[in-house]
Amino acid sequence: MERGAQTTQHGHHSPTLYIVGYVLSLVLTAISFVLALTHAMSLGPTMWILMILAGLQILVQLFFFMHVTEGDGPPYHSVTLLIGLIFTFAICLMSIWIMTFHYQSY
Amino acid sequence: MPQWLHTFGDQYLMWNEGPLIWISDVLILLTGFGIVFVLTYFKKWGWLWREWLTTVDHKKIGIMYLIASLLMMFRGGVDALLLRTQLAVPNNHFLDAEHYDQIFTTHGTIMILFMAMPFIFALFNIAVPLQIGARDVAFPYLNAISFWLFFFGALLFNISFVFGGSPDAGWVSYPPLAGPEFDKGPGENFYLLALQISGIGSIGTGINFLATILKMRAPGMTLMRMPLFTWSVVATSLVIIFAFPALTVALALLLLDRIVGTHFFTMAHGGDPMMYINLFWIWGHPEVYIVIMPAFGVFSEVVATFSRKRVFGYTSMVASLLLISVISYFVWAHHFFTMGAGADVNTFFAVASMAVAIPTGVKIFNWLFTMFRGRIRLELPMLWTIAFVPCFAIGGATGVMLAAAPADYQYHNSYFLIAHFHQVLIGGVVFGMLAGMYYWWPKMFGFKLDDRLGRYAFWFFNIGFYVCFMPQYALGFMGMQRRMYVYPADMGWNTLNLVSTIGAYLMGIGFLFIVAQVLYSIKYGERDVTGDIWDGRTLEWSLPSPVPHYNFAVIPTVTSRDAWWEMKQTGQIQALRPSADEIAPIHMPKNSGRPFILSACFFVAGFGFVFEWFWLAALGLLGVVICLILRAFEYDDEYHIPPHEVVETESALGRL
Repeated sequence: MERGAQTTQHGHHSPTLYIVGYVLSLVLTAISFVLALTHAMSLGPTMWILMILAGLQILVQLFFFMHVTEGDGPPYHSVTLLIGLIFTFAICLMSIWIMTFHYQSY
Repeated sequence: MPQWLHTFGDQYLMWNEGPLIWISDVLILLTGFGIVFVLTYFKKWGWLWREWLTTVDHKKIGIMYLIASLLMMFRGGVDALLLRTQLAVPNNHFLDAEHYDQIFTTHGTIMILFMAMPFIFALFNIAVPLQIGARDVAFPYLNAISFWLFFFGALLFNISFVFGGSPDAGWVSYPPLAGPEFDKGPGENFYLLALQISGIGSIGTGINFLATILKMRAPGMTLMRMPLFTWSVVATSLVIIFAFPALTVALALLLLDRIVGTHFFTMAHGGDPMMYINLFWIWGHPEVYIVIMPAFGVFSEVVATFSRKRVFGYTSMVASLLLISVISYFVWAHHFFTMGAGADVNTFFAVASMAVAIPTGVKIFNWLFTMFRGRIRLELPMLWTIAFVPCFAIGGATGVMLAAAPADYQYHNSYFLIAHFHQVLIGGVVFGMLAGMYYWWPKMFGFKLDDRLGRYAFWFFNIGFYVCFMPQYALGFMGMQRRMYVYPADMGWNTLNLVSTIGAYLMGIGFLFIVAQVLYSIKYGERDVTGDIWDGRTLEWSLPSPVPHYNFAVIPTVTSRDAWWEMKQTGQIQALRPSADEIAPIHMPKNSGRPFILSACFFVAGFGFVFEWFWLAALGLLGVVICLILRAFEYDDEYHIPPHEVVETESALGRL
């Protein structure tokens, strides 16, 4: 219902932005896929590189597709994004903590 | 019978499995023919398509969610009665082990995902836009997609009973039991695909309602003036948005294990079945807060309305809702304390789990203080709310017992656990949803549900609940494990199991009374002529019942909490009754048949994946892509209701 009003306010983005974002996200995915498939490196460094690539992927999505820097009214999206980041990191870190079964090495 | 028919019947229709299947086949065919006959005889096909299948109106979508969830409550309830019948006496062979496994799996999955979820979405859709003074949700088209994805997901899940075989690895569906080695056949695929499809719809609903509430409130309605039900929807939507992706991932990986041959959750080739359990509960624990928080919202509305007092401690109510939604992400490992992740992990999650009791306790006390010295009217919504308080308090207390990690090694997977989570889910969610249904029913349909039949339903259901589940706490302590389909006669469990089964049947009678109540009230229920049948406090009660499809002829300006109540107290009701010259053209979304078709394509694709008929899956996904492309090039999806039409509607309602 509000859609019509909003498009006129923001104007249109050039397709270049989307194409660049699309290519970037494909490239990032391809790199991680090849790394996982070919076992080119040992496990430790591969993990770190995969996590960094995942972080970059988030940034590509946010800036190229979701226009995180734009918007009017109160910055609700920043608050939501912050909560999302807290949840994401909490879940990832705690999952690693749970799933390493580290007590078994005592 | 020709040989091919015989083979087909046994392989896909499971005719070799006995009378339960045959009876279901006959009933489904009769119901199907009945519906087709009635629609054709009364020439209602066009009406069905124009008014319901293509609608983007949040009120109609809410009604469809409500009908679907009541039907699913019937299916899940019949499952429950079959289970309890099997367990009524020792060494029973009413069901065999395989059928028992299938029935407890479908009971759990249906009750959580296809009964509780659509029930909360029904109340979201019915109440939220009206409470915040909006004309629809932020994305009405997405709202329709969410409903139809849920609908076809539920259809896919239910069809497994008579076509292909039901899933049988429990509602949690843990590998390796649910993996390709131990669970052959399409049953488990039905579970994975059905949840996946309806899960997309749930995420859509979460996003939709968060955007609606943040962006579309009436002027003057600041966040801290919002009704508490709307606040509970904010908290719930946040949890939906961040929890459901974990389920999507878990289901997708397990599906890949099953049909492509990957090894995410196998012990061989570096997989780890416990990772599925971890991912499942990252979603699974927030999920139970997703279904309970809207119930909290309903109780806040009902308690204030029927005590004729504003709710006690509004700010602490909001704070505790948000606190619950945050803590809900830090407790999931309490579902698998016995995995043995270590004392430090278990300690952290035990303490976090117990911490949930604090904000919940705050809410319980606030409801009690709201009732304190209020002028309480014991109408049906209030009755269920009052029944909720002790029931949920006991359920919460046994929850804290389970949260103590060392003790949990004793309770884990016993009937103590079963009794606990039924007590919070029935005593909290079902009571809350029924309270909400009774409360907003006049708003939806324009008449009240009959009081006398409702009281019979209430007492049968409540007494039945305690008769059914209190013995199960004891059975848990006596060593009875969940999911056992038969038990020997010398365990000392016989009497308690029989009592529990009697309780289950009492609850079944309670449900039948609700059905009777609805049917009776359609004809004889008290009509709601004022639109404010409960003497309500929030904006939805300022509108006529049922609400015209544009909701508000003129968007109200809000100056306080409990806006409608304040207007009534200060005699400003006329401010909400617009004069004819104030009415401007109303901007509305157009109906669309595409959400229905898109979701049907998802159903076809899901069906293809279930049986690994990849050509069919590809065909379905192609349909999905075509629908998406068509939507991308659709520009003419809105229209304006001309003022004279609004004036006519409002005059006919006697509001001008």
